[in-house]
Amino acid sequence: MRTETRHEHFKQPSVLGNILRRLHIDIPLFVGLLLTSLLSFVILYSAGGQDMGVLTRQAARMVLAFGLMILLAHVNPNQFKRYSAGLFGFGVFLLVAVLIMGTIGKGAQRWLDLGFMRFQPSEIIKITTPMMIAWYLSEHPLPPKPRHLFIAIILILVPTLLIAKQPDLGTAILVASAGAGVLFFAGLSWRFILAIVGMLASLAPIIWHFMKPYQRDRVITLLNPEADPLGKGYHIIQSKIAIGSGGIYGKGWTGSTQSELNFLPESHTDFIFAVFAEEFGLFGCLGLLTLYLFIIGRCLYIAVQAQDVYCRLLASSLAFTFFVYVFVNIGMVIGILPVVGVPLPLISYGGTSAVTLQSGFGILMSIHTHRKLLPR
Amino acid sequence: MASREYPMRDKLQEERLFLNRIVAAFVTIAVLTSGLIVRLIYLQIVGHIHYATLAKENSIKITPLVPTRGMIYDRKGRVLAENTQTFKLEITPDKIGKDPANLNDTLLRLQKLLNIPDEKIEQFHKLRLRQKRFAPSTLLTNMTNEEMVKFAVVRPYFPGVDIKTHLVRNYPFKELAAHVVGYVGRINEKELKSLPIAEYSGSTYIGKLGIESSYEAMLHGKTGYAEMETNVQARALKTLNEVEPIAGANLYLTLDMDLQKTAYDGLDKFNGAVVAIEIKTGGVLVFASRPGFDPNPFVSGIGSTEYKALTSSDDQPLYNRALRGLYPPGSTVKPFIALAGLEYNAISKQQKLYCPGFYQLPTDKHKFRDWKKTGHGSVNMSEAITQSCDVYFYRLASLLGIDHMHDFMQKLGFGEKTGIDLIGEKAGILPSREWKRKEKNQNWYPGETLITGIGQGFHLVTPLQLARATATLANRGNVVTPFLVDKIVSANATTKGPEIHKDVIPLKPDNINSIVSAMINVIHSGRGTAKGISHGINYQIAGKTGTAQVFNIKQGAKYNERSLGFKLHDHALFISFAPADNPQIAVAVIAEHGGHGGSVAAPIAAKVIKQYLGDNSADRNTP
Repeated sequence: MRTETRHEHFKQPSVLGNILRRLHIDIPLFVGLLLTSLLSFVILYSAGGQDMGVLTRQAARMVLAFGLMILLAHVNPNQFKRYSAGLFGFGVFLLVAVLIMGTIGKGAQRWLDLGFMRFQPSEIIKITTPMMIAWYLSEHPLPPKPRHLFIAIILILVPTLLIAKQPDLGTAILVASAGAGVLFFAGLSWRFILAIVGMLASLAPIIWHFMKPYQRDRVITLLNPEADPLGKGYHIIQSKIAIGSGGIYGKGWTGSTQSELNFLPESHTDFIFAVFAEEFGLFGCLGLLTLYLFIIGRCLYIAVQAQDVYCRLLASSLAFTFFVYVFVNIGMVIGILPVVGVPLPLISYGGTSAVTLQSGFGILMSIHTHRKLLPR
Repeated sequence: MASREYPMRDKLQEERLFLNRIVAAFVTIAVLTSGLIVRLIYLQIVGHIHYATLAKENSIKITPLVPTRGMIYDRKGRVLAENTQTFKLEITPDKIGKDPANLNDTLLRLQKLLNIPDEKIEQFHKLRLRQKRFAPSTLLTNMTNEEMVKFAVVRPYFPGVDIKTHLVRNYPFKELAAHVVGYVGRINEKELKSLPIAEYSGSTYIGKLGIESSYEAMLHGKTGYAEMETNVQARALKTLNEVEPIAGANLYLTLDMDLQKTAYDGLDKFNGAVVAIEIKTGGVLVFASRPGFDPNPFVSGIGSTEYKALTSSDDQPLYNRALRGLYPPGSTVKPFIALAGLEYNAISKQQKLYCPGFYQLPTDKHKFRDWKKTGHGSVNMSEAITQSCDVYFYRLASLLGIDHMHDFMQKLGFGEKTGIDLIGEKAGILPSREWKRKEKNQNWYPGETLITGIGQGFHLVTPLQLARATATLANRGNVVTPFLVDKIVSANATTKGPEIHKDVIPLKPDNINSIVSAMINVIHSGRGTAKGISHGINYQIAGKTGTAQVFNIKQGAKYNERSLGFKLHDHALFISFAPADNPQIAVAVIAEHGGHGGSVAAPIAAKVIKQYLGDNSADRNTP
């Protein structure tokens, strides 16, 4: 009976279904991403001061990001696996290059100038780190032996520290959690996880010692934003006012006074969630979270359905990293995490993160649409 | 694929483990998301009334109170940079009405009334688009009395249009000290990113060049703020709390504008630079770079055509030649090289060397020529300095060797920044074997040692470095570090300028005396190359002329046939200090394409010295 349905489906495919299958697109995931991107335009129109220029630039980036996603969805996951180590090595090489050029120039350097365009190597590493770890661990039986674990942790620390040195704490967190995600899904023992958590907690004073003054400020600000209302606490205070004043139903689209009256800084980039919460209220927020959870759920489903260890680890880690993205950004905007420069995924204005995220989804679609129809 | 898989791999077990982890991840995500939701509920339901009050009716607005920028004075208290009150015409689009036609109508009527050029209207539109509707944008700055009267009469017919006062930076000396004092300009987006946001939240201007930029932190002052209850339209209701701003500190420079003017005017038709240093302190008396430019248009935003004219000019008026101009020192290095010769015992001061008008290395056919074709005959050190004999110094250079020359000149501060309290100083080039290997990847050639001995070749100096080395020589090896800010007077304290590090080069007094007496002969003997300036003074000046060859056209300069001849003229240089027996002032002059140091550069230095010592003659009599 099962074969028959499949047969029937094969015999009379809808035109759209046929096109999408050829494109290697996973429809539920695609719909979720499309909805989120459309939501991005709706909020950007309001948060960006109703500037059509902002929208057209964002649209151009979205087209690029979706294009890249579809392109990657076509690549067989075996190819990703084969080139994992090479791509990772290339990414680390670029990070070092950026660091050296940064030392020659002055101040923070995250960009590599190719002449015709500029890009951040740390974006490549966001994807290639989980690829590398997934490949490395999939070569050995799971759960990983201490020796493999040790090497995997080194492999995660190298790009993480290179990025943290730039300094770009937000991206470093994302890269570390992408790598750690793979370890977790590979079956890292709970005892080890607890040990790491305990160690980090006891290391906190040492980490504090090595933090840059502005990073310390952010932590202090989080604990007591009212201490410096004009300076560092300003973001969080204004952001909380925006969210709180939105209430259950919100002030309605383009009704955000906090952003409109210029109280809220970075209202269309990192703090766009505050505008969203102010305009669409608690219901809107729950809706947005649902949309995100739907995307994450679909990604985890893809991971479960994946047919080999590499694909499983990579897919689940990408799904998990996407959640970390959402959690870190919203957590910072609502004042429970320190301010680190992480945008709200797929919604915030800005190109690089959208392109990386969509590339990740492209890989997920590739994993899902290249499965062999054999009994497992 | 998976070629290295271990045989004992238990796929089922692995899969079960993975599913476990997926479940664990799901739970983690659910818990963390619940955390977010709880916090949102707390903010949006529990705290809603509190936050809504803050946002809607009584949102607290923090208005920055901008401090007044500190003034800049010269050493005699003359104003170099001040804040003058001006009037500007502002339009608040929101007060005119929602219909854009109203704004256009208002603009048209204003244009007719006050003869406003279209360009300003365009500029206004640009400014307006960056602003929120309820915030005013500026249409006219620096309104004249006539304009104000014209507008005042018809004001009731222009709702939403207001005259506002504001302080504008003004530089009364215009081009005379533009490079040193610098200017302020609008804060651009790049600067905004690196500035402390709170401190600059109300400021429009920031120092862009010179003292204005180097002392930005002190001149700016501390921003205060007023916490006010405002309504949704951001209209202030009442002030809750106010912290007064603290005005920026006033700076008193060591510069003397009388001397500066003498130096600047003295350069006359030549481009170039004059630097004079008070030897006892290191305070810079003159820091002139010609041509100058008027810094005032930069304050309100210079027009693009005006700016282009400045940047594309062959004379490069925006370039601070005294601080950043790199010139071959020419013969002005000779006293220093001679001193090196004595200090390293490479030569004695009585030893005579024969000058036939050229010098040849034993290994080379190339003839290194003297400026005097017939030669100077047999000359000792004093004669060689006085007459600026090149052959003597070719031979001395080859006796000393490049390593000794480099080491000694480095002690005098060549090849490194002087550390003056101005941003953007150039270090110049002091050539050495190492430098050449690193920069050109070539070995050092003996011929290059010779030309280094007469200040040609790779050696490049700034006028400031020359003045400083001269001052250090005059100060008998006590290193002089130049600085510009003498006093910083803030609301509650007066502090000295930059901290000066004292350093001494150990030099034999006899050797210094020999060099100084030779430098006196340059001006006060019959054969001296600068004897023209010795008249009319009752003290002695010690100096040295220099003529630097211009071997190629400056980079970036346009090929211009008419002016090419002039552009190939040599640079005229002169270093000096006076009075020779009790040195007070050191002066370095560079006149680009001026020809001869003695006839062009020396008289300018002499004017500065005579004026300075004339003013300070009382001090001079008490050695």
